[in-house]
Amino acid sequence: MSGLEKKNLMIQAFKLAFRNLGRNKSRSLLSALAVGVGMALLLLMVSVLEGEMTGALQNTIRLQSGHLQIRPASYEEGKVSLKWEDLIADPDQVAEQIKSLPQVVIATPRLIASSILTLSDESKGVQILGIDPDSAANQPFRDGMIDGEFIKADDREGILIGNILSEKLNLKVGNQVNLLITTSNGDVNEQLFTVRGIFTTRTPGYDESTIFMPLAKAQAITATENHASTIFVMLQNSEDADAVAQAIQSNNYKILTWREQNLFITQFEDYANAFFVVIYLIVLGITATVVTNTLVMAVFERTREIGILAAIGMKGRGIMAQFLAEAALLATGGVIGGLLIGGALVAYFTVYGIYIGDYGITGVLFEDRIYAHLTLDNVITLTIVTYIITLVASLYPARLAARMEPVEALHGAGD
Amino acid sequence: MEVTKVTQATRVFKIGEVETKALRGVDLSVGSGEFTALVGPSGSGKTTLLQLIGLLDQPTSGNVAINGQDATKLNRNQRADLRKNAIGFVFQFFALIPTLTAYENVEMPLLLNGTKPADRKARANEMLEAVGLADRAHHRPDQLSGGQQQRVAVARALATNPKLILADEPTANLDTENGKQVMDIMQRLNKETGVTFVFATHDPRVIHYARRVVTLEDGLIVKDASQ
Repeated sequence: MSGLEKKNLMIQAFKLAFRNLGRNKSRSLLSALAVGVGMALLLLMVSVLEGEMTGALQNTIRLQSGHLQIRPASYEEGKVSLKWEDLIADPDQVAEQIKSLPQVVIATPRLIASSILTLSDESKGVQILGIDPDSAANQPFRDGMIDGEFIKADDREGILIGNILSEKLNLKVGNQVNLLITTSNGDVNEQLFTVRGIFTTRTPGYDESTIFMPLAKAQAITATENHASTIFVMLQNSEDADAVAQAIQSNNYKILTWREQNLFITQFEDYANAFFVVIYLIVLGITATVVTNTLVMAVFERTREIGILAAIGMKGRGIMAQFLAEAALLATGGVIGGLLIGGALVAYFTVYGIYIGDYGITGVLFEDRIYAHLTLDNVITLTIVTYIITLVASLYPARLAARMEPVEALHGAGD
Repeated sequence: MEVTKVTQATRVFKIGEVETKALRGVDLSVGSGEFTALVGPSGSGKTTLLQLIGLLDQPTSGNVAINGQDATKLNRNQRADLRKNAIGFVFQFFALIPTLTAYENVEMPLLLNGTKPADRKARANEMLEAVGLADRAHHRPDQLSGGQQQRVAVARALATNPKLILADEPTANLDTENGKQVMDIMQRLNKETGVTFVFATHDPRVIHYARRVVTLEDGLIVKDASQ
C-alpha cells in the first residue's frame, strides 16, 4: 500500500472516528472531560510541587545561603562559632576582592551569633545576624519592612526583628529587649537594644528567630573585632556558582555553592517527585479506565459495523486504527480541556497561592504560601503522557474489535 | 470458468457440549455470470454456505476456492484481501455504516483497495447512478428508505468490480415494491456486467429471478436445477 493510500485511509479513520464520537455526544464529552480533569489535576499538582520546591530554594538562597558563601576553612555545617580561628579576618577586604569578579553582583560580610532574648519574664533563643545595612543583599528585608525603619550602619542600640517574633512577644517599634550574647572568648555580654523596625520575609521560621543588627555593633558585642562568619555572595546567574567557586578557591576558605548548601531541598524534591509518580499513576489509571470503558461500550454497540467493515475487506489493523483514532480524538479533546481547566487553576494559584502557614523543615525556608509554577517542560510532558495513556487505554478495546471474526461480528448487536 | 467451488464442506457449530452440523459435506460450483439462488427452509444451511463462500467463516472440513484459489489455506489478512478484491456483499439488514453518507459508503471499499481519488469519485458516482440513487449521494442511511439503503449496499458491493456478489436474504426486510426494485437492479447488473450473483433466500417472489436454484435441507444440497 502506497503512502498516499495509507494517508487516505488514515483520514477516513479520523473522519469515521469523529462522527462515531458524535453519535453519543454526552458520553464522548464525559470521557474527554475525564481525561481533561485528570490532566488538569496533574498540571496543578506538578505546578504546585514545582512552585513549592522552586520557591523554597529561591527563598533559602535569597535569605540564607546566597549563591555562594565564603566560610573559614574550619567551618562545619550547623556550627556557630565565634572563635577567631573560625571566622574570616578582614572580611570587607575579602568581599571587595570577590566583588571584582564579573559574575558577582553582591558580596557582603555577615556575622552569625547565637543569643537569648529576654523580656521581663519571657526568654527566647534567637540568631543574631550582623549585616552591612547598606548592602543590596538586604533588599528582601527592606522590601519586607512592615513597621519602623531599617537599621543604619552606625546604630549602636538598634535591631530589626521579624513580625512573628514581634507578635509572639508583643514587641513594637521603640520597645526595648535584652540580648544575652556569648562572645568570642566565651564570656557572656548583655545589652538593652531598641526595636527600630519589624520585617517579614513571609517565612515564619525565619521571621520568628532572626534579629538583625549592624555588623560593626555585632562585632563589638561579640568581641570578634574585624571578623565575620561568612561572605554572602549573590551572582548574576546561579549557574555560574561552580565557576566562581573555582576562581576564588583558597586554602584559607571553604567555598560553598548554593547546591551544596541546599542539598536537602534537591533531595526532598527527588523524594517528592517519586511520591507524586504514585499519585500520577492513580489519576491516570482512573482516566484510562474511563477511556477503556467508553471504547469497550462502543465496540459492543458497533459490533455489526465492525463485521461490515471486515466483510468488505478491512483488515484487523484497519479496524484497530478506527478505535485508536477515536482514542486520539478523545485525548485531543481531553488535552485541550485539561489545558483550559488546568491553566485556569494554575493561573489562580500562581497569583494567590495556597496558604500553608508555618510549615518548617530544618534548613529549608518555606514561605507561608505555595505559589504554583508551571514550566513549558511540564506542559509538554503531561500532554505527551496523557496521549500515551489514552492510546494505551484504547489498545484493549481496539484489539477486541480487531480480533472479532467477521461472521460473529455480523451477527452481533449493533445498528 | 468457476468463480467459486466448494468441495465437501462441513461446518459444525459447538455451543457448550452441543454440536450442530450446519453443513454436512456440500459440493457446489458456481460459474462466471451465474444468477443463482440458494433456497431452503430456515436452518437448512444456506446462510452458512454463503458465509463460507464469502470467506467470512471457515469450513470445519472441506475446501472453498475463489477464482481457483483455495481460500482455506489463507490466513486472516489474506482472506480479507481476497474479500476486498473479489467479493461483494449485500446483507439482509441494510448493512451500511450509519455515520457515512451513501456516497461515502460506496467509496469505502474503493478506499480500502487503494483506488486513486479521482477514479474513486467517478466509480462511486457511477455505481450510485446505476442503482438510481445519484440524487441521494449525500444522504446518510437514516435519511434513506429501506429499499434505498439496500440499493446503496448493492452499489457498494459492485464498486470494486468484483467477480462475485453474495446476497443474504436481500429482500427480507423490504416490502414487495422495494424488493422487486432491488432484484431488478441486481438482475440488470448481472446481465450488463457479467458479475456472478449468489443469493440466499426463501422468498418465493425472489426465487423466480434466479436462473439456477440450489436447494438445501439439513445441511445438504438436495436439488440443483436450472430454470
